[in-house]
Amino acid sequence: MNLLFYLSSLVAVIATVQVITRTNAVHALLYLIVSLLAVALIFFALGASFVAALEVIIYAGAIMVLFIFVIMMLNLGGQAAKQETQLLTPGIWIGPSALILVLAAELIYLFAIGQEQLSAGTEVSPKEIGIALFGPYVIGVELASMLLLSGLVGAYHLGRPHRHGKDKRSDS
Amino acid sequence: MATVPMEHGLILAALIFALGFVGVLVRRNIVFMLMSIEIMLNAVGIAFVVAGARWAQPDGQVMFIFILTMAAAEVSVGLALVIQLYHNLKTLDVDAADSMKG
Repeated sequence: MNLLFYLSSLVAVIATVQVITRTNAVHALLYLIVSLLAVALIFFALGASFVAALEVIIYAGAIMVLFIFVIMMLNLGGQAAKQETQLLTPGIWIGPSALILVLAAELIYLFAIGQEQLSAGTEVSPKEIGIALFGPYVIGVELASMLLLSGLVGAYHLGRPHRHGKDKRSDS
Repeated sequence: MATVPMEHGLILAALIFALGFVGVLVRRNIVFMLMSIEIMLNAVGIAFVVAGARWAQPDGQVMFIFILTMAAAEVSVGLALVIQLYHNLKTLDVDAADSMKG
């Protein structure tokens, strides 16, 4: 179990170094996703399985999809087509794939050893987290809901096409 | 069964935080700077979860959930700003946006 933690840490650090040194944004994103998945395995090794699932679903899923959308939106036609063909050459995907294979091997090992010795730390169950979240921390949950609403309104306001919005306002 | 020492987890968090910090300082492409900020937030989350696992309390994971919420709100507003910057200046270089209007 300790080996799992250190191996995942190594993968996370290597992937993070790659993120800040790449020049192409899509390559950096591939490495960033690997880094987040490695951190999820670290959480799992520490006995925080609920947070590990959240890390995969929200960070590696939702937030990275937002990044990919924006990067694809900003790309211009000819340059994007050239990038697509570049993406299919092995030199680009071999690094992230090798790192992700390490993580996959760890996951298979986890399933192989079975349930009884699953974590290096003491397991904190999702039930305890839910009780804490809606007990002493309920004001934080309310504040988080307000933050998400203001984030939604702010992103909608900023994301509007600039000229379009002004013209419409002067028309009406 | 030996457990992972808390110091090692905190060293990992500090290392990843430092990498994200270097990324913010070194890169001038605003998308990379946003990614580095995500890395730093994630490192802080690792520190919280490690501390929560050390004392076997749910508080660390609760704080991580709040950080996750904050990161989601931050990245949606940040990416909307990136799109605005690109529409106005036709570049992703933050040094192009070094002057204010008015």
